[in-house]
This record gives sequence, C-alpha cells and structure tokens, in this order.
Amino acid sequence: MTLSPANEALAAEIIGWFPRPRSALIPLLHLAQAQDGYLTDEAMRRVGELVGATPAEVKGTAGFYEMFRFEPVGTYLVNVCTNISCLLWGGEELLEHACESLDVEVGGTTDDGMFTVEEAECVAACTEAPCLQVNYRYRGRVSPADFDRLIEDLRAGRTSIAGHGVLAQVRQSIPADRLAGVVPPEQAREAPVWLARNEAGASG
Amino acid sequence: MDGAAVEARPGEMLIAACERSGTYIPRFCYHSRMSPVGMCRMCLVEVDTGRGFGLQPSCMVPVSEGMKVSTDSEASKKAQDGVLEFLLINHPLDCPVCDKGGECPLQDQTMAYGPGETRFVEEKRHFPKPIAISETVFLDRERCILCDRCTRFADEVAGDALIHFMGRGNHTEVNTFTDEPFASYFSGNTVQICPVGALTAAPYRFKARPWDLTETLSTAWVDSLGSRVAVQASRNRVLRVLGADADAVNWGWLSDKERFGFEALNSAERLSAPMLRDAVDGDNREFRQAGWGEALEAVAGALRATSPERVAVLGGARLTNEAQYMWAKLAKGVVGTDNVDAQLGDGLDPHLVLGLPRATIEDACRPGGTVLLVGPDPKEELPTLYLRLRHAIVNDGVKLVEVTPHATGLSHLAEHSLRPSPGTTARLVAELVDAATGSGPSGDDSEIEAAARSLREAGEGVVVVLGRMSLAEPADVGDAAARELSRLPSARFLPALRRGNLMGALEAGLAPGLVPGRMQLEDVGDGASLAESWPRLPDSLGLDATSVLRAAARGDIDVLVLLGSDPLNDFVDRDLAYRGLRGAACVVAVDLFVNDSASLAAGVVLAAAGPTECDGTFTNVEGRVSIMSRKVTPPGTARADWMIAADLCERLEPGSTSGLDSPQAIRAELAQISQAHAPITEDALTQNPMEGVLLAGTGATGEAGGWRRSGRPTMGRSPVGRTEPATGPAGREDPLEELPEDGFLLITTRTMYDDGMMLRHCPSSRGLAPAATARINPADTDRIDIDVSTAVRVVSDFGHIEATLATDSGVPAGSLRVDWLAPGAPANALIAAATDVTVVSVEAR
Repeated sequence: MTLSPANEALAAEIIGWFPRPRSALIPLLHLAQAQDGYLTDEAMRRVGELVGATPAEVKGTAGFYEMFRFEPVGTYLVNVCTNISCLLWGGEELLEHACESLDVEVGGTTDDGMFTVEEAECVAACTEAPCLQVNYRYRGRVSPADFDRLIEDLRAGRTSIAGHGVLAQVRQSIPADRLAGVVPPEQAREAPVWLARNEAGASG
Repeated sequence: MDGAAVEARPGEMLIAACERSGTYIPRFCYHSRMSPVGMCRMCLVEVDTGRGFGLQPSCMVPVSEGMKVSTDSEASKKAQDGVLEFLLINHPLDCPVCDKGGECPLQDQTMAYGPGETRFVEEKRHFPKPIAISETVFLDRERCILCDRCTRFADEVAGDALIHFMGRGNHTEVNTFTDEPFASYFSGNTVQICPVGALTAAPYRFKARPWDLTETLSTAWVDSLGSRVAVQASRNRVLRVLGADADAVNWGWLSDKERFGFEALNSAERLSAPMLRDAVDGDNREFRQAGWGEALEAVAGALRATSPERVAVLGGARLTNEAQYMWAKLAKGVVGTDNVDAQLGDGLDPHLVLGLPRATIEDACRPGGTVLLVGPDPKEELPTLYLRLRHAIVNDGVKLVEVTPHATGLSHLAEHSLRPSPGTTARLVAELVDAATGSGPSGDDSEIEAAARSLREAGEGVVVVLGRMSLAEPADVGDAAARELSRLPSARFLPALRRGNLMGALEAGLAPGLVPGRMQLEDVGDGASLAESWPRLPDSLGLDATSVLRAAARGDIDVLVLLGSDPLNDFVDRDLAYRGLRGAACVVAVDLFVNDSASLAAGVVLAAAGPTECDGTFTNVEGRVSIMSRKVTPPGTARADWMIAADLCERLEPGSTSGLDSPQAIRAELAQISQAHAPITEDALTQNPMEGVLLAGTGATGEAGGWRRSGRPTMGRSPVGRTEPATGPAGREDPLEELPEDGFLLITTRTMYDDGMMLRHCPSSRGLAPAATARINPADTDRIDIDVSTAVRVVSDFGHIEATLATDSGVPAGSLRVDWLAPGAPANALIAAATDVTVVSVEAR
C-alpha cells in the first residue's frame, strides 16, 4: 500500500528537515518499511513523488542497502553468521539447525510468517561466536538448544524484540531506568541513571 | 605526456587532453558529452603531480601545469590489463551471437590492452537473456559491465531517470522499476553509447554485422532540427541510423523518432511506381500502376489545360533544398502560380519567419543567457533541441522563461512558466514585452512582472524560441506575438516549426508571396538573375493553404499538388481539408506512400525517393545547410522529387531546366539567385561536413533578414498587431469570461509519436502513439459531472472525437487539451480554420 495518512503527515515533516526534498529519500524509505514491513512498489512510487525522484531512482537507491527489503519478511528476521569465527564455532551447523527446525530454506520464511532465516556475513561480534541476530539484535554463543529456546520464547511471547526496521528500533519503548535522555551539559553533573546503576553493580 | 609536452585547456580532463594530442587512452565509462564518473577504471594511467608516479583514472583527473603522465608504462599497461580481466569475469563472451561483435569497445580493447587468456574458471553470473526494458530497447545484463553510461544518459542528458543501478556489489544490475519501462524519447541513444552488447534496439537486432555495413554522413529528416546522422546500410537497405556528433547541432544525440524513423523507408507499402486512377470514387477508383511518361504527361496535361491561378501546391517540407527549389521554379517560374504553401495552416507567417533576426542553437544555449520560449513543448516537437536547452539550463546557467499553452518537458526547469488560456496569448505576450521594456505598467508582483524582470535582467540578446502555440488558435496569434517580441532589445529568434525541412522550403520560396532568397514576389521586378533562370513569375499574389483549400472547396482549383503533404491529417481544419480535396478537379500526390489525403482524392500519385535515397541538402531551423546523402536506391522506379519537378518543367517549358541535371547544379543556380544561399558553395559544404554551413543572415553575426515591420500580409489574411481594432487576437476580450458553463477552450499540440503516415510504417514505433486523452485542470473536475478515466466524447461546433478523460495540472483552468493526431482521434476534426478559439464540451459515452 502507499503511505497511510499519519505517515503522509510524518513524511511531510521529515522532508521539511532537509534543505532538499531528495535528501529525505532514505528516511522516507525507513518510514515506508516501518509501515509495511518491506518496501512495496506503491510506497516507493509515492516516496519518489514526494522527493522528486523517479521510481527507478528510489528502488536503485534502496537496493544499495541490504536492510531495505523488497519482499515481505517474517516478524522475526534471523541472521545467522557463518563467517570465519562463527564457522569455527559451529555457525554453519547452527544455520542448518535453524533451517531444519523451522522447515525453511536459507532466505525463506516460515508458513506462519513468524521467522525468516538468512545467512549473514560477519556481524562484527567474533568474540561471541557463533552468533546470530534477531531483527538485528545480537545473540551470542548460541547453541542449537539455545536457538530452540529462543524460538519457543518468541512464539510464546515470553520475549519480544522490536521489528526489523530502523524506525521500529528507534521507536521501541525503553524502560525509564535505561533512558539516557537529553540533558544540557551544564546540568549533567551526575552520571545518567543507567550508568550509575551499572557502576553500582560493578562496584558491588 | 609520455615525455612530450602537451598543451591542454584549463579544467580539461586528462583523458580528453591526451586524446586531442593523439594518444587514445582506453575507456568504457568516459563519454565526452557526459560528466565523468570513474566507473570502469579502464583509463588508469600513471600520473605524477610532484609526488611520484601513481595510477589514476585519467577521466577523473583534470590537467594541471607540469603534470607528468605515462600512458604506456609497464604499470599503466598492467593496470589496464588487470581491469579488463576483472571486467571479463562476468562477461559471457558470447561475441559470436552478439550484435556488438565487430564494433565492440570491450572486444577491441581486450584485443589491444587485455590479457588474451582468462584465468576465471568459476561460474559466471546469469540473468535471463535479454529483457525488454522498453518497446524498442533490450537489455542483456550478463553482458553489462556497469559503466553507468546508459543510466547517466537517462538521468543527466534526457532527464528520464527510468533506468538505474539496482542492488550492490556483485549483485548490481541495470534495470527499470517494476512495470515502469524505459519509455524515454531518447532511449535509442543508450544503445548507441553502450560500450558492450548489453543494450540492443529492436530495429537492428540480428540484422547485420558491422563489417557488412557501409556508412554515410547525412541529416535527420523527421523534424526541423536537422540532427546529423550516420546512415548505415547493407545490401541496399538502410539498417541503422546513428547520431553524429555535430558540436553546433545534436551533440551526437538523437530522438528515437530520428533514429528509428528510417524503418518507414523500408516498408513494403512504399510506392515504387507512379499510379493513376480514372475516378476517385465509383467503380474505377482503384489505382493502377503507370509508367512515368504516362503519369507525368497526365499532370502536365492537366497543368496545360488550366490557368495558373487555378493551380496550387501544398507541402514540400519533406523535400531536399534542391527539390524545393525545383518545385518552386516549376510552380512559380514555369506554371506561374503563387498558390504555394509549404505550411498547412500549422505554422507561422513565412515572411515573419524569414525576416526575424535569426539565432542559432548555440546562441540559445550560450552560458548565462536567457531563453524565452513562446510555442509548443520542445520535448514533443523538437526533441533534440530539448536536449540542448535542457543541458544549457541545468549546466550552463541559462534561464528559461516559457510562454506555452500547457506544461512542457522543460517547465520544471523554467524560471517562469506563463500559460495563457487560448485566445489570450498575444495579449499576454504584449504585456510581458511592455513590462520587460519598461513601456508598460510595472512594479506589481504578478507572474508576468516577475517573468519580465528576468527578461530585463537578461538585457540584450534574449533568444526567443518561437513556434506555434496551440494549433486550435489561428496562426496570426503567433505572428502577433512575434511582432511584439521583436520589440525586445536585440532579441534573436530560433523558429520552432517542427515540420522537416520547412526552413528550406521557405528559403526556397515555397510560400505565397515569396521567391527564393527571402525576396517578396512583388519586389522582384527586373531582378536580373531570377529573370534569367525563370521563364516567368506569377502575375498576382497567391493563396496560403487555408485559402487554397477554401478555393478548392468552391471548385476554383483545377490542379492541387500534394507535395508530400497530407491535409486530412496535417491541416488544422479536417472538414475544410476534406472539402478542398474533394473539390479540386485533379489532385496530384508526390509522396512515399499513398497517404490518407491521396487515398481520398488523388488521381495521380507520383512515387518519390525518400531521404537516404537521393542526394541533396537540408536547412534546419537555424538556417544551417547540411548534406543529405544517398545511401540506397529508391524502391522500384521512384524518382527524386527534383527530377519529377524538372521533368514537368521540361514538358511545360522546354529548355527551362537546361543544365539542372544534378543537385549540385541546382544548388549552384539557387546560390546565384539567392543572396541568402550564397555561402552554400560546394567547397563550403565539403569543408564543413559535420557542422554544415549557415545561410547568410543567420546567427549572432548575421544581419537581420528582410522582414519589414509593417508586415506584408498574404492574401486572405489581414495584418494583426496591437494597433488593430479589437477584433484581432491581441485586442480580444478574455474568452474565458464568455465560456459556457460546461465549455472548455480547446488546446491541441503535437506529441512526438502520433498517427502520422511515416510512424504508421515504423514497426518499432507504431504502438507508441499515446491513446487519445482529454486533459483538464483538476480544478475543473467539478464543472462536469463525469469521472476521470472514463471514456468521453469531446464535442465542438465542427465535430467530435473520442478520448479518455484525465486531469493534468499543467493545463490552464478552463481549457481542455488533446493531442494533435492521436490514433483514431484527430484533433483537427474539432477545429475550423481561422477561428480565434475553439470551444468544446465533454460528454460521457
């Protein structure tokens, strides 16, 4: 679908942040992806209209970025790393297990639309190998059993992870005790709540 | 460079400086008419700017004083060899079945600079073999080396960024958006500049090998810009037309119509012999093939049997300059009629066009200049001029002020866009000029004042691109506007009249009241050279196309010659064209096809040789004369138009064409008669094969032509100006105020693709004419109770056409726009000649 009325309003605001409408292209694509879970043709056309680019330019630009999706993906996008460190620590086996247990091919989505499994290049967390990402949130040292538990928890709703889009992560609710907030420098005499807590934890 | 000193221009890229001094650096992505991107890395050379030699892409490095360059060092060679090996990793090497094989830069440069052997044994990437990215262009992504030429062209030059790189890294491919084809008027250029066989065009696919082609430099004929082309043929058949890089004209670019229009010449329906028929209806209405002697004698007999003022000639813009001159000589100098008009009520006053101080394309595109466009959409009517203007606006700071009937392809780049409603154009232009010259009210903040400010700031030397506005308005609107515009200080004019070699026709005197050399008929007197070559001159001023058709409809025309013209489709008033054609006693068509008008009314059809089939010259809108070359023989016994005229001259007046046995001889006679043609010598043409030669009185250094400000009306029309009574367009009340509640003022302009005779015979372009659409301003939708996108009937007092209703904010409120010649919906069915405005209504159907 094209942009919802609320997102149209937001898009107009976003365009206003930039000196040229075209500069808003990527932010608007994030908006479109947050709305539909992937970039629909209609949404790309609309974004093109809004910023003065042809649909081909919009798709060409979006296509440069791996995290923009042109096909629907599951609620949870699982990226299993199979680069060198993870490979040595069982990344390939983990990927194989993931596909087998969820009954999908690499790149496929489960029938219930919950999970998409993909093979990822190095996600720069080699100390935690083998690792994977769920909606780009890290899980380290994942054994097949850990994987099964994670999937069960997600299916049962015991764990929730924000959506795979950038806006979903920006908008996820952060507990008050973990909020950093924006504090003018002169007022920032004390460390933020969460840092103080961490320090307390470290010292205690 | 390589040890020798080389002079370069400031800012010039290394690759260009080296090439000018004789060293070719291999390249794929670099193209001198587009911005450098450094995409392919093929042009790596060693450059030392003081810190030692290092490899740099020579297309991205501007020259600098004292720079040392080594183009053939071991390092450069190894780099180029390596780049080629990389480029070939995914290249399928299907050269034996590739159309590019034999003229492929990748093939050639691999031979010259490449490894010769591949080390790549892995699987190459695969894509479905060619996908159609438009109706005519096919893309084979396996062959593509991602040089960015086609995508850069689409974005930078054509402004139609409908193809783009998709994906990243190894997955990068050129493609279109889903269901959004590369429907650009300029798509064929990407095929020409593709350095591999990735892009191919339907008309040439699998037709020939480059080494079987022979080539000649010629001039494009489908519009009046005169783009330079290379015509390539094999076995007496034109197979391809490529753009030639003329600095002054088309920069190597062509519109797809110029590029693929040659297909019509190869049509099986081309006339290959003269045809006669005894009656235009009834039992004997079938044409029968005839010999040239019989056909020409039939025409000569008809001409002998009548008096000069009952003879008329319409058309002539298809012809070469030489053929136009011969037909002018036949009509005016031998038959003695002045009823000759190359325009079909769709142009401007020829005296005006010839008389205005003329600008060249170069003048219009001069950096920092200002262009005032008063006329139709250049993208539709003169696409190559659109490319030049677009480049000038985007890159060279040229400002555009446009006064157009509706939004154009340049509107989004224009400083000011004024869109007068039909019937108010002349008044608006007058106000604009008043404000710009300070002779009218100023200081208000209207759009006109803002536009006038731009013109004032431009100072002297504004270039006016002047064409016919909507074809639903009479020609004198344009004439009146032109008279106003000539009050701008030192303004120069570039006529934007689309029809082929129309300027050549006017210069050759194919218009009422004119003889070759921009001379008024009544001024000729004892003009020695004309009298020597022409047996006689018309006794009286003749009729223009409208008056000719009116006279014919009354039965006052006995012989009506259609010189490549098709009044039914081209004249502004279809009903009058029909009556005129039926009313003329004998209609003679000289053409490549039996067009609709000939089919309706012609008794004699003379088969003419087309472009690429005869030698001659072409005069473009600037007055630039360039060679049109013969490459193939005409079908059957079809003859060059000049030969047909010469033969008729001899039959009517033996000896009148003695010595005129070649285009060169005709050019020589024309140059003798006409001062304007004096610069067109064989030497000049030979020395300037690419740029051509300007007629006298053209360009920034030329003198103004012979137009007097009093204006000299052709018969049947009165001069129009602001001093005239309020009946002229300039003084007219606003027609919007008199508009009935459900009425619209009709606007009709041409589109590049339409249902014209030539395009109908181009297999690759046939389906591209847009379906009939009636466009209204979104604000007008509540004036009528009809939904957008429904089928409607557009009705005027004179006729109706069927179309689909659409909204378009580029159409002024209160107006309705239809395309001139949409398939099955000719807009001229709605119009009566010489009415100020055409009021139409919309009915659901």
